[in-house]
Amino acid sequence: MSEAVLTQILYGGVGILLFLLGVWSFLIHAPLLRKLIALNVMGAGVFHLLVAVAYRGLQAPPDPVPHALVLTGIVVAVSATALALAFGRRLEREEPDDD
Amino acid sequence: MIDPLALAVALPLLGALAITMLPSAARTLGLLAALATTAAALWVTLLVWGGGAPRSELGGWGTPLGIALRADGLAAALLTMANVVGLAVSVHATGYFGATAASRHFWPLWLLLWTALNGLFLAADLFHLYVMLELMGLSAAALGALSGTREAAQASLRYLLVGLLGSMTYLLGVALVYTAYGSLDLALVAGAMTPGPVAWAAGALLIGALLLKSALFPMHFWLPPAHANAPAPVSAVLSALVVKAAVYLVLRFWLELCDGIATEAAGLLLGMLGAAAVLWGSWRALRAERLKLLAAYSTVAQIGYLFLFFPLLAATPAGPERDQLITALVLLALTHGFAKAGFFLAAGLVQKSTGHDRIRELGGAAQSLPAVTFALGLAGVALIGLPPSGTFFAKWVLLARAITLGQWWWVPVVMVGTLLAAGYVFRVLARAFTREPTPRCFVTDARTEVPALLLAILAALGMGLAAHPLTVLLGTGG
Repeated sequence: MSEAVLTQILYGGVGILLFLLGVWSFLIHAPLLRKLIALNVMGAGVFHLLVAVAYRGLQAPPDPVPHALVLTGIVVAVSATALALAFGRRLEREEPDDD
Repeated sequence: MIDPLALAVALPLLGALAITMLPSAARTLGLLAALATTAAALWVTLLVWGGGAPRSELGGWGTPLGIALRADGLAAALLTMANVVGLAVSVHATGYFGATAASRHFWPLWLLLWTALNGLFLAADLFHLYVMLELMGLSAAALGALSGTREAAQASLRYLLVGLLGSMTYLLGVALVYTAYGSLDLALVAGAMTPGPVAWAAGALLIGALLLKSALFPMHFWLPPAHANAPAPVSAVLSALVVKAAVYLVLRFWLELCDGIATEAAGLLLGMLGAAAVLWGSWRALRAERLKLLAAYSTVAQIGYLFLFFPLLAATPAGPERDQLITALVLLALTHGFAKAGFFLAAGLVQKSTGHDRIRELGGAAQSLPAVTFALGLAGVALIGLPPSGTFFAKWVLLARAITLGQWWWVPVVMVGTLLAAGYVFRVLARAFTREPTPRCFVTDARTEVPALLLAILAALGMGLAAHPLTVLLGTGG
C-alpha cells in the first residue's frame, strides 16, 4: 500500500470517527451550545475526510475540488452557527420575564 | 445570449439584494422580482415542453469545477408549481404584511428562499445541491421566526438544528461519492455507480439526510410547530414548497443515482414509514385544536402518501407502468403543493379576521368570509382526494398498481388515510358553517340512532366490499 493511500485511510478514518462522535453528542445533549459544538465537530469530521481525499502524496499537488468544497462548507457552517446562536440569544433574552 | 436557467436562480437573488439596499420599496421591488422570476421559470418550462433539455455551465466553467444548471421534465414540473405558488404567495404577502416592519424582513428572506428552491430544482451536481439545501434551510428557519414570538423562535431553532444535522449527513454522503467516483456531476456519478457497499452507504447517507428534511415519519417532529407558528404566507411556502423540494431530491436520487442499487427492501422501508406518516399525521390532524396545526399535520400525512409510491417503484421494472407511477407521484406532489399553499393562506386570513385559529371557535366564519371558506373547502377536496382533483387520479394509480403487484396492504392505509382526511376537512367546514354549539357526544339516544347508523354503514361500506356473497347467492358467480 502506497504512502498516500495509507495517509488517506488514516486521516479519512479519523474524519469519520469525528463525524460519529459529533452525531452521538448532538443526539444526547440538550443544551444549545453543546448541540452546536457537536454539529461543528461533525462538520470538521467531513472536512477532514475531504482534505484526506484531496491528498495525492508529497510530490503531487492536491486535488483542488475537495478543497473548494471544504471552503464553501466552512462558510456555510459559520453562517448556520451564527443564525442558531441568534435564535439562542432571542430565547435567552426572554427567559426572566417569560409568562 | 440570455440564459433562462441562470435567470430563474439569479433574479430572486438580485431582488433580495435590491430590497436589502432599498427596504422602503420592499413591496414594489419584491413583486417585480416575483413576476420576473416566475416568467423566467415558465420560460424554462416552455423550453422543456418543446422537447429541449436546457443545460448551462455558468461562466463557461465546465464540469467538474463549474456550476452547471439543467432542466428536464421532472425539474420543470416542480419548477412551474413552485413558481406559480411563489407568485401567488408574493401577491398575498403584499396585502398580508402591508408596509409593516415585518414586510421589510419578509421580502429579502423569501426571495433568498425562492433562489434556493429554483436552484435545487435546476442544479446538476451534488455539491451545488448542498449549497442550495443550506440556503433553503437558513432562509426558511429565519422566515419561520418572523413573527418574533418565543414559540416561533423555539420551533425555528429546532427546525434549523434538524436541518443542519441533515445537511452534515448529506455532506458526508457527498464526500463519500467524490472519494469513490471522483465526480459530483449527477449524470456522471449515476453512470459510475455500481451495486456495492460504497454505493449503498452513499445512497443511504444522501437519501437519509433528505428524509430528515422532508419530515418523513418518525423524523416529522420538527414540522408541525415550525409550520404552525410561522406567519401564514411563510407556512404556505414551507409546507407546499420547502418540504416538496426535499422529496423531489429523494425521487431524483432514487430514480437516477440509485437505479439498480436501491433494493426492494429499501423501498419497503420507505413505504412503511410513509404508511405510518399517513396514519399518524391524519390522526393528529383530526385531533388538532388549531387550524394551522391541522394543516401542518396534514402535510406530514400527505408526504407519507408520496413515499407509498417507492415500494411500488422498486417492484416495477422500467416501462409504461413505472412511468405511470412516477407521473402519479409527481401529480400528487404538485396537487398537494397548490392545495396546501391555498389552505394555509386561507387559514391565515381566518386568523387575521377572527384574531385566532382555534377550530372550536370558528363558528360563523363562512358568513363573514365566504371566499376564504370556499378556498378551504376546495383545498380540502384536493387533500381528501375527491374527483376530479389530482390527488384522486394519483391515489387511483397507486391503488391499482398496489393491487396488481399483490402489495394489498397499502390499500387499507390509503383508505383509512383518506377517511381521516375527509374527517379533518369536514370538521373545519362544519365549524365554519355553524353558529350553534354542536352536541358534545356522538350518539345521543343509542336505541334509536344505532340502527340508523348501522344501515347507513352497511349501505356505504358493507355492500360494496361484500359484493361477492351476493354473486354466490344469485348463482351468477360462476
